Amino acid sequence: MLEDLLFNLQLVALGISNGAFYAMLSLGLAVIFGMLNVINFAHGAQFMMGAFVAWLLLTQLGIGYWPSLLLSPLIVGLVGVAMERLMIARLYKLDHLYGLLLTFGCALVIEGLFRNIFGSSGQRYSAPREFQALDLEFGDFFMPGYRVWVLIAGTTICIATWLVIEKTKVGSYLRAAVERPQLVQAFGINVPLMMTLTYGAGVALAALAGVLAAPVYSVHPAMGANFIITVFAVVVIGGMGSILGAIVTGFLLGFVQGVTDVVYSEASQTVVFVIMAIVLLTRPAGLFGRA
Amino acid sequence: MSVNRRTLLGAAATAPVWGALPYRSARAQAANTIRIGVLNDQSALYRDISGPGSTQCVEMAVKESGITQSGINVEVVQADHQNKPDVGSTVARQWFDRDGVDVIVDVPTSSVALAVNTLTRERNKVFLNSGAATSDLTGSACSPNTIHWTYDTYMLANGTGGAMVRAGGNTWFFITADYAFGHALERDTTAFVTAAGGRVLGGVRTPFPGTTDFSSFLQQAQRSRARVIGLANAGGDTINSIKQAAEFRITRGGTKLAGLLVFITDVHSLGLEVAQGLVLTETFYWDLNDRTRAFTQRLGNMPGGLRPSMVQAGCYSAVLHYLKAVKEMGAAAAKASGAEAVAKMKAMPADDDAFGQGTIRADGRKIHPAYLFEVKQPSESKGAWDYYKLVATIPADEAFRPLAQGGCSLVRS
Repeated sequence: MLEDLLFNLQLVALGISNGAFYAMLSLGLAVIFGMLNVINFAHGAQFMMGAFVAWLLLTQLGIGYWPSLLLSPLIVGLVGVAMERLMIARLYKLDHLYGLLLTFGCALVIEGLFRNIFGSSGQRYSAPREFQALDLEFGDFFMPGYRVWVLIAGTTICIATWLVIEKTKVGSYLRAAVERPQLVQAFGINVPLMMTLTYGAGVALAALAGVLAAPVYSVHPAMGANFIITVFAVVVIGGMGSILGAIVTGFLLGFVQGVTDVVYSEASQTVVFVIMAIVLLTRPAGLFGRA
Repeated sequence: MSVNRRTLLGAAATAPVWGALPYRSARAQAANTIRIGVLNDQSALYRDISGPGSTQCVEMAVKESGITQSGINVEVVQADHQNKPDVGSTVARQWFDRDGVDVIVDVPTSSVALAVNTLTRERNKVFLNSGAATSDLTGSACSPNTIHWTYDTYMLANGTGGAMVRAGGNTWFFITADYAFGHALERDTTAFVTAAGGRVLGGVRTPFPGTTDFSSFLQQAQRSRARVIGLANAGGDTINSIKQAAEFRITRGGTKLAGLLVFITDVHSLGLEVAQGLVLTETFYWDLNDRTRAFTQRLGNMPGGLRPSMVQAGCYSAVLHYLKAVKEMGAAAAKASGAEAVAKMKAMPADDDAFGQGTIRADGRKIHPAYLFEVKQPSESKGAWDYYKLVATIPADEAFRPLAQGGCSLVRS
């Protein structure tokens, strides 16, 4: 009896730890969509770049996991800033579809380039050994220390981002700039720069999730593409552009997938879309969105 | 949202096909030019095991066959089938009908291979499959125009499955990719396990593609107390399963992992630290003997610094043998009838550095030994790509499904 309970608890804990990745990725998407009105289809590719940059830092320069947690998002964030300045900024006045097409094209190009250079079977990136100290084990319950770390780090990042946007002055400028850009600019705030930095920050969030994911999954060019469809479903369920919605739904869907894995494994991907359909039928703006 | 993406993906997917097709007129080709089309995955998960490396192997076979000295020209073209049967069929049809391609080589991904198999028979051309796994190519779907060269699901199940049961792994739990290939591999392996007195305690079907975290499936497998966890999946799924099994220390209680389809590039990607002890079956390993080492050395640098996979080596071996047949029967006769060319290949014994001596059966199955390998511990590996130690050699006549059991119509007639 206790054994069953521990086993189920373990699967649920695993699901929530996966939910941390969904939450971090959908958070970045929600920030970018909420602030810039751009559907960033390159998010998966940017997540993959985060993991690859960490791997490159390790294999080429001998820079380990901890510095990579900072360096990789910074580097990939700068790439994001360049993308925004050179391309995406030109599309703000147009329909959403143009931004979607552009970022989707960018994702294909980036993934293709990585595939050509690094091949398709993936690179290995191991978690530092010190995480083994965090291993949780009672009887049949076993949770690797690194997964515990992912859960803690993911939750902290999500809460911090939410606090910055909802509770700080910078966040209030951002939200104001979305509602009335001209008025905010009239107050002397550089709105285009703020947009650029927001996109860079959203991309950096994806890259950070990529670094966290590198020791869990194989680092390969399609690793982001595997995630991105589920993550878009998370954003839609949470409510497009809703930061809190993205975070809560990310963890929630991780939990639901964890349960589905035990009950009926074949449906563990489909369940997300079934929930999406139900939410869209009953609350078209999403769980946390405003109609 | 997902509808948008799918529509876009569909539209995007067709674009590279047109770019990949070589624009040549069939009328322009001379009667003494053999045109070889290498059709495989150039851009996704099977790129490293096939992809540009297969083309490199085919080009080496052309060079080493010495066919140009006989006054026969050979041209090699390549295209990406993107693992989609419709894309593969479109390319194959254009190659046969417009570009004068005589033989299609490689074609990983079983569903694409079966589509090209049918088309090749209709057009009476030649199909030398190296990359696909399904044993149906020499069973219910066998064709007088097709030779299945390198490996198949029966051989994998026989090799790895059989060996694990003999080593005491008599209870199994399957983690199966939820599509035709995974089901076939699970079915074939189950047959071996039960025939050897073993039992299958359970299994999970994992959604394909899109599953990235296998840890909960591995936990379920561990909980079943099965001695062997059979991974009936391939490529990135296998890599993630093995990586996460190490993370969750699945094997600490004595449970063994059986990677039913593992390529050397997968082992390279995993690293010996994680992959050590894994048992797998292949028909080619670059460091197997002097001949395979010589073959690998002649091949030179591969794309991405990789070593040849058995699929790529199979492309070399198959094309070399085909060109031998062409030399004997003449280019005109070989071009006129694919079935005749294949019949000629079946009548000749095969011998090359990659696979050694072999024969081709009436059902189109190329017969050669299979090798059961165990992945070395990091301390045992002496250098780059020194990954396998040989556990057992399965003789050629035992490695593949007996001729009478496949249900191939060519055998009955």
